[in-house]
Formats: sequence, structure tokens, C-alpha cells
Amino acid sequence: MRHLLSTADLDRAAAIRVLDTAAQMAATQGRQIKKLPTLRGRTVVNLFFEDSTRTRISFETAAKRLSADVINFSAKGSSVSKGESLKDTALTLQAMGADAIVIRHQASGAPHTLAHAGWTEAAVVNAGDGMHQHPTQALLDAFTIRRHLTGGPGNPDGVGNDLAGLHVAVVGDVLHSRVARSNVDLLHTLGAKVTLVAPPTLLPVGVGPWPAAVSYRLDDVLAQGPDAVMMLRVQRERMSTAGGGFFPSPLEYTRLYGLDARRLATLPDHSIVLHPGPMNRGLEISADAADSPRAVIVEQVANGVAVRMAVLYLLLSGDGDTGAAPATGAVPAVTSTPAPATTTAGATA
Amino acid sequence: MTSGTPVPDDIAAATAATVVLGEQDVARALTRIAHEILERNKGGDDLVVLGIPTRGVPLAHRLAARLAAVEPGLVAEALVGSLDVTMYRDDLAQHPTRSIGATTVPGGGIDGKVVVLVDDVLYSGRTIRAALDALNDLGRPRAVQLAALVDRGHRELPIRADFVGKNLPTSTAERVRVLLAETDGRTEVVIESGADGGPR
Repeated sequence: MRHLLSTADLDRAAAIRVLDTAAQMAATQGRQIKKLPTLRGRTVVNLFFEDSTRTRISFETAAKRLSADVINFSAKGSSVSKGESLKDTALTLQAMGADAIVIRHQASGAPHTLAHAGWTEAAVVNAGDGMHQHPTQALLDAFTIRRHLTGGPGNPDGVGNDLAGLHVAVVGDVLHSRVARSNVDLLHTLGAKVTLVAPPTLLPVGVGPWPAAVSYRLDDVLAQGPDAVMMLRVQRERMSTAGGGFFPSPLEYTRLYGLDARRLATLPDHSIVLHPGPMNRGLEISADAADSPRAVIVEQVANGVAVRMAVLYLLLSGDGDTGAAPATGAVPAVTSTPAPATTTAGATA
Repeated sequence: MTSGTPVPDDIAAATAATVVLGEQDVARALTRIAHEILERNKGGDDLVVLGIPTRGVPLAHRLAARLAAVEPGLVAEALVGSLDVTMYRDDLAQHPTRSIGATTVPGGGIDGKVVVLVDDVLYSGRTIRAALDALNDLGRPRAVQLAALVDRGHRELPIRADFVGKNLPTSTAERVRVLLAETDGRTEVVIESGADGGPR
């Protein structure tokens, strides 16, 4: 793994590897000393062109727990507000020796450009781009679902498991949601069945080929007994006043698509409720549902740190040559040649 | 320098792989180490046995089972655990990304305990250095001791084992592999000669 740009780039083995690594990271976060020396001397730049609280703090915490140096960069108050381009910002960060760049950008595809334009050698982590992808959020959701629904005694985090056979309902503003897009890709890769539930106005054109079922009626989907219900935030900042023409009124949206105590009671006993935050209490989720013991929303935040530690570890710790065994694939040479570089370094006292 | 050519005389490096310890030899070595641990520590009070993944973990379980069999009052499950050192290694940037193993510590923690680290092969000593750092973040043991099934020499750090199953003089071009029934289907220690003898 060189960059993390989209969950669609992860195959099943790679996704499970991230989740398993996250499980070990999570285990270290229960200790008194939470800091690990793993990425000592590496530099992680948080490049945030869009407002964010939890994602930035989560990445910052993750990098610091691994002993990396963290530089926070937000577009406000930087040269970007003077009109600097992404390219020049990237060249500047490269010159300063950034090892990883965590980028959030309002334009879909900005992380991809940053990773592939040749401006920087750093590993690029997409922390949300436009209405495209937010892979670490999907990974932490999958981690949380896996932990709750496949973990058992002896394996509380469900290490090694995928999500085969689970049914996840993703409810709400799918149109504007990069979280939904990342989750559909990742949950499908991990074998879960995904149902998108939204009013027709909040579903993107071209949702047909997505590997997910689509429904307009929340009550029908809840009657199928989904194992996890993921409520999406109604992104009012991306709409104009009230529903912005996407729905007649907030009250009607709540009536039809909000998760409240009544709907919560119809779910099977094992089902969990997720929300990527920040919540609009009273709009897509009622206080009863948000504060119920089934809601794992606060735990998602804690798992986010572990997942981001895992991502940074997997991107930064190796020699950059993922998986490729160094030179041993060739025919073994006659013994007069020195052993591979790894053994000769300091082998003689 | 003259790597590869001189071969220790007690090991026939001409063949691709030589079995140096069989299943019975490994069993005897572990039994002896169990007795030595109890002797050194005057019993099994406050003992914690931590295996270093991957092969160290089943070895630690075998050792704990023997300790429990020899010393009345000890329960194997209550003294054994595992200690992953991946995130403390000093060579992470020189290898492809390593998977992280599990760290489990017995319920009593390690504060004030005598921790016996268990690994399969003691070589450069760097794994043990990482393990000492990892232990440091978990708590403060009263003492730390090291048990290794095979000590193959070539230390790069001032580290030595307290309990050794077998001292095995090797050349750096050789590769020592410990196979255990739990992970590999059979139990034996093998020396492989050849140019691909990178350390594990």
C-alpha cells in the first residue's frame, strides 16, 4: 500500500490487514502508556482545505501515538488564502520533508492528483475529498461493525474475519456523502450486503451499478432486520435553506427517514447503530436513538484513532517496497557472494 | 568479510538442510529450561512467561505447561502471555511492512513480576532489545530473564540469554529455522545453508 485514496483500491486481503492491524493498535490504546516509538522521526502533515474537527484531531492523535511529528495545515490563515495552488503547496511540503500527507479537500480527486502528479514523494492519505471518498471513516465503521457483530469470546475484535452475511443499512443523505460511497465499496469488498435508504432526491444519479440495494422506505428496510444501521448526516451546508429542495421540510425528513425510539425498537437485539458524526440530533437521529446502548457512535471515534494508526503504520513503516521480497527470488548464487544487504549490515563486529 | 566459505566443523553445511534438534530434543531442552527457571527464581512465585511472536508464543505455552507440571501451585494459563515487539523494532524501514502480532499479558500484569521472555532463535539480539522497550511500556517487572531455544551467536548488542536450549555455532550465511507442531505441523530445528540465509 503506497497511498490510501479510495476504499475501492482495497481488496479483501488488504482491507482485513488494515482492520487486523487496527485491532492490535486498539489493544495498545487501553494501556497506561499509549505512545509507541514506531514512526519516530517521520513527519505527517495534516493538509486540511475543509473544516474538520474529529478527523483532523483523530489523525493528529494517531500520528502522535506512533511518535511521528505532526504539522497541521489548514487552508484558512495559510498561503492558500493568498491564492497558492495545490501544486505549490505540495512542492513546499515535499521540500520540508513530509513523509505522509493527510489531505481533506473540497474537490473530489484532489488527493489522487496529489499522489500521482509527481509533486511529492510522500504517502497520501485521503481524509475526505468532495463527494467522493473518505476511506478511513469506512474502515473505522467496518472495524466497529466487525468488532460488535463477528467478535466472540477469545477473539473480541473479530481478527481475521470479514463481514460476510451481514446486512448494513446506510440511511440518509447518500447524495452528498463520501462516507456512504467509501462504505458501499468497503462493505461490499468484505462480503456484507448493503442497502441504501434515502429519498430519491438524495440519491445520486447513476446509483444503479453500485454494489448495493436501494430503497426509499426506511421502515421496510428495518423490517428486514439489518445487523447494523448507519445513519448519515444531512449535510445542510451543502444544501440551501431548510431542505434546499431535496426534501419538503426537516420535519417530514425526520418522519420518514429519522431514526427514533420507535424505529430503534423494531430492530433485532444484536443490531447496532452507527453515525459518522457530527450528528444533527432531532433531524436524522433522535436523542433516544443516539444515546441508546446500541449506538456505538462514541466508540467509532475511539476506533478511528486505532484505524488511522494502522493506516499510517502500513503506509510509513516498511521500506516502501510493499510485499516484494528483496532479490531472493532469483537462483541462489554460489556461496562466495556476500549474503543479502540485510545480513551484511553490521554482521561482523 | 569471508562470508559463506568457512563452515563450522560440527555442521555439515553441504546439504541444503540439516536437522539439529528433533522433537524429543526440543522437549528435553524445554523441560530442562523449566527446571532452571524454577531453580534460579527459587520457585514459581511472581513468574510471567511471555512469548515473542510468532514461534516464541507456542514455545512459551509449552514452557508454561512444564513449569505448571513441575511446580505445584502453578497454573499454566495464568502465567503465560505474548509480547509483540514489531512496533519497537529498529529495522522497520529496512523491510517490507511487517504484520503486528498480539500482545496479551496475564491478568496480574507485569509490575513487580519476574518476566521470562521466550524466543525461538537468539541471533543479533535486536528483537530482545525491542522486547525490553515493549516491556517498559507495559509496566515495571522486578526482573527480566531470557529463554531461547537456540542461541546461534553473532550478537550485535550486549544481550545474552539466561536459559538456552542449545548453543548452535553458525555462519551468518546460514539460516536457522525452528519448526513447531503448533504452527508448522512438526517440531524440529533445522539449519539451512545457502545464499538466501537472511536473518529472521
